[in-house]
Amino acid sequence: MSEHPHPLPATPGASPEPDAAAQPSLDLRPASAVRSPGQKAWDRFQKNRLALGAGVFLIGALALVLVWPAISPYQPEALSDAQFQPPGANHWFGTDLHGRDLLARVFSGARVSLLVGAVGAGVSLFIGVLWGAAAGYLGGRWDSLLMRTVDVLYSLPSIIFVIVLITTLEGLLKNWLKQAIGIELGDSVRLFLLFAGLGAVSWLTMARIVRGQVLSLRARAFVEASRGLGASHARILLRHILPNVFGVVLAYLTLTVPTVVLYESFLSYLGLGIQPPQASLGSLIAEGAGLINPIRIYWWLIVFPGAFLTALLLALNLFGDGLRDAWDPRSKP
Amino acid sequence: MHFVKRVIFMAPLLLGISFLAFGLVRVAPGGPFDRDRKPASPEIERNLRAKYHLDEPLLKQYLRFLGIGFDRDAGGRRHWFAGGVIRGDFGPSLKYRNHSVADIIRQGLPVSITLGALAFAFALGVGIPVGAWTAVKHRRWPDHLGSLAAVLAVSIPGFVVGPLLVMVFAIHWRWFPVALWESPAHAVLPAVTLGIYFAGKVARLMREGMLGTLQAEFITTARAKGASETAVVLRHAFPLAVLPVVSYAGPLLADLLTGSFVVENIFQIPGIGVFMVNSSLNRDYPMVVGLVLLYAALLLVMNLAVDLVYSRLDPRVRYE
Repeated sequence: MSEHPHPLPATPGASPEPDAAAQPSLDLRPASAVRSPGQKAWDRFQKNRLALGAGVFLIGALALVLVWPAISPYQPEALSDAQFQPPGANHWFGTDLHGRDLLARVFSGARVSLLVGAVGAGVSLFIGVLWGAAAGYLGGRWDSLLMRTVDVLYSLPSIIFVIVLITTLEGLLKNWLKQAIGIELGDSVRLFLLFAGLGAVSWLTMARIVRGQVLSLRARAFVEASRGLGASHARILLRHILPNVFGVVLAYLTLTVPTVVLYESFLSYLGLGIQPPQASLGSLIAEGAGLINPIRIYWWLIVFPGAFLTALLLALNLFGDGLRDAWDPRSKP
Repeated sequence: MHFVKRVIFMAPLLLGISFLAFGLVRVAPGGPFDRDRKPASPEIERNLRAKYHLDEPLLKQYLRFLGIGFDRDAGGRRHWFAGGVIRGDFGPSLKYRNHSVADIIRQGLPVSITLGALAFAFALGVGIPVGAWTAVKHRRWPDHLGSLAAVLAVSIPGFVVGPLLVMVFAIHWRWFPVALWESPAHAVLPAVTLGIYFAGKVARLMREGMLGTLQAEFITTARAKGASETAVVLRHAFPLAVLPVVSYAGPLLADLLTGSFVVENIFQIPGIGVFMVNSSLNRDYPMVVGLVLLYAALLLVMNLAVDLVYSRLDPRVRYE
C-alpha cells in the first residue's frame, strides 16, 4: 500500500525490463512497474472522466472563489442604493434587498461553506478514525462499549444534538473569552462552533466503516506476523493497520465533505450558523426564500446561490464517487 | 426468539436515550423562560420554575418525567407522581404552556406522518425503478443519464428545491397552491421537495445492489435455464438487489415520519418537524425529550421491521 495520497503513475516505457515484451500478456505496461494499490486506484480514477471533470471543476471553483475578492469591484458586505437589481452588466448575479452585489456574496459564502465543509470533515475524520480503530483493534468489551455509544448517538435526532452542542459551546466560550482575554465573541468563533458541531455529528458513519475495516485487517497474517516479531500495539496500529484503511477512509471522507457542506447550509438556513452580515450559501438561500411573494419574483436571489451550492455538491459527490470506485477492489478498471 | 429479545431490549435502550436527551438539553445554557416575554420579576420566574419543578434536583426531575417516584407532603405522607412517561404523559410544554407535549404531538404527528409517507412513497416509487433500470442498462446512455440524475437529486438541498418548485409551479404556472395543508393538491409540492433527495439516494443504492446481484452465479444459472431477461431481473435478482434499499428504508421512514423542519417551514405545514428545531432552541425540555423518544422508538421499530423483511427476502439470513 502506498503511503502517498496521489502517487504519480509510472510513465510507460520509463524503465522497461528487457523481458517485458516476451510476456504473452496483453498488458502493455512495463513489467517493472509493480503497481501499488494506490497507483492502481489512480489509474482507475483517471479513466473516470466524469470524476476527473468534477475534480477540475472543484479546483477551478476554489481558485475563483479565493481570487475573486481581489478582482471584484464590489465588496460582499458593501451596501448600495441599487436594490433588487436583476442580473445585468453591472451586477452579473443581480443585487439583494440591501443593494449588495450577489456575485460577491455568493463567492464569499461559498468560501465559508467550503472551509466549514473541509474542516468539519477533518474533525469527523479525526474522531471517526480514532474511535473506529480503537473499537476494532481492542475488540471485545471495549468494542461493544464504543459501538453501542455510536448506536445510541445514531438514534438521537442529530439536529437537536447540534443545537445543544453549539449553544453550550457558545456559552462556555463567551464566558471564557471574556474572563481570560477580555474580548467579545467574534465571527471566527462562530466558525469554530460550526466546525465542532458539524464534526461532532458526522463522525458516526466513519467510525463504523473504520471499525469494520480494522476488524478484518486485525485477523490478517501480516498483522499476526508483526505481532509475532514483537511489535507494539501502537506500531501495529499506526504502521500496519491504519495505512491499509487509508483508501476507504479517503473515499468516504470526500463523500463526507458534501454532507457537511449541506448540513452547514442547513444550519445557516436556520440562522444557527454564519451570522449576518457575513454570508454562507445556506443563509443566502434562506434570505432569497424569505423574499418570495406572489407579486414580484426575485428569482436570482434563490437561483444563483442555489445553483452554485448544487454545482459544488454535485462535483464533490461525483469526485467522491470516483475515488470510492477507484479504491474499491471489486470495481473493475 | 431473536426478535422477542430485541423487543424486550428496546425498553432499557429507550430509557438510556431519554436519560441522555434529558441530560443533554439541561447542559445547554439558558432556560425555557428567558426567550419570550421576560417574566415581570424574579419572583414570578421563581414561581414558574417551582410550578414546573425545575428547582428540584435533576435526578428527581428525570424520575418525575418518567413517573417513577413520590413527593412527601408536610405530614410525611407519600404521594406518587401524577403523570409521567409510564402513563403516556410527557408533561406540559414549557413554551406553549396551555398544551401538553402529548397534545402537541397528537396534533402534529398525523400531518407529518401523511407528508412523510407520501414522500417515502415518492422516494421508493421513483428511486427503485430508476436504480434498477440504470443497472440493467449498465454503461449505456440510460445508465449515464439516470445515474447523473440521481447524483443531482442528492446534491440539491430541500431548501433550494422547495422555493424553486413554489416559484415555478405555484406562482408562475399556478398549478398547485403555494403553501398550507388543506387539499390533496397542497401535498404535492411538499412531498416532492421532501422526497427528491431520498429518491436519488434510493436509486443509487438500488443500482449498486442490482449491479452486484446481476454478477452472481445464480443469475447465470437462471439465464442458462432460458429465463427471459425480465424474469431474471424481476424474479431472480430483485429480491436480493433490493436489500440495501430495505436497510436504508427503515431509518429513512423514521426520519420522514417525524417531520422535516425545512419543508414544514417553507410550506407552512403544521407538523412536528418544526418543533424538533424550535423546542431545542427554546429549551422546551419536556418537548425535546418527548420528540427524541418518539424518534428513537420509531427508529428502533423500523430497524426491527427491516430485519424481519430482510430475513424474508434473503434466504441466507437466519436469526437464531
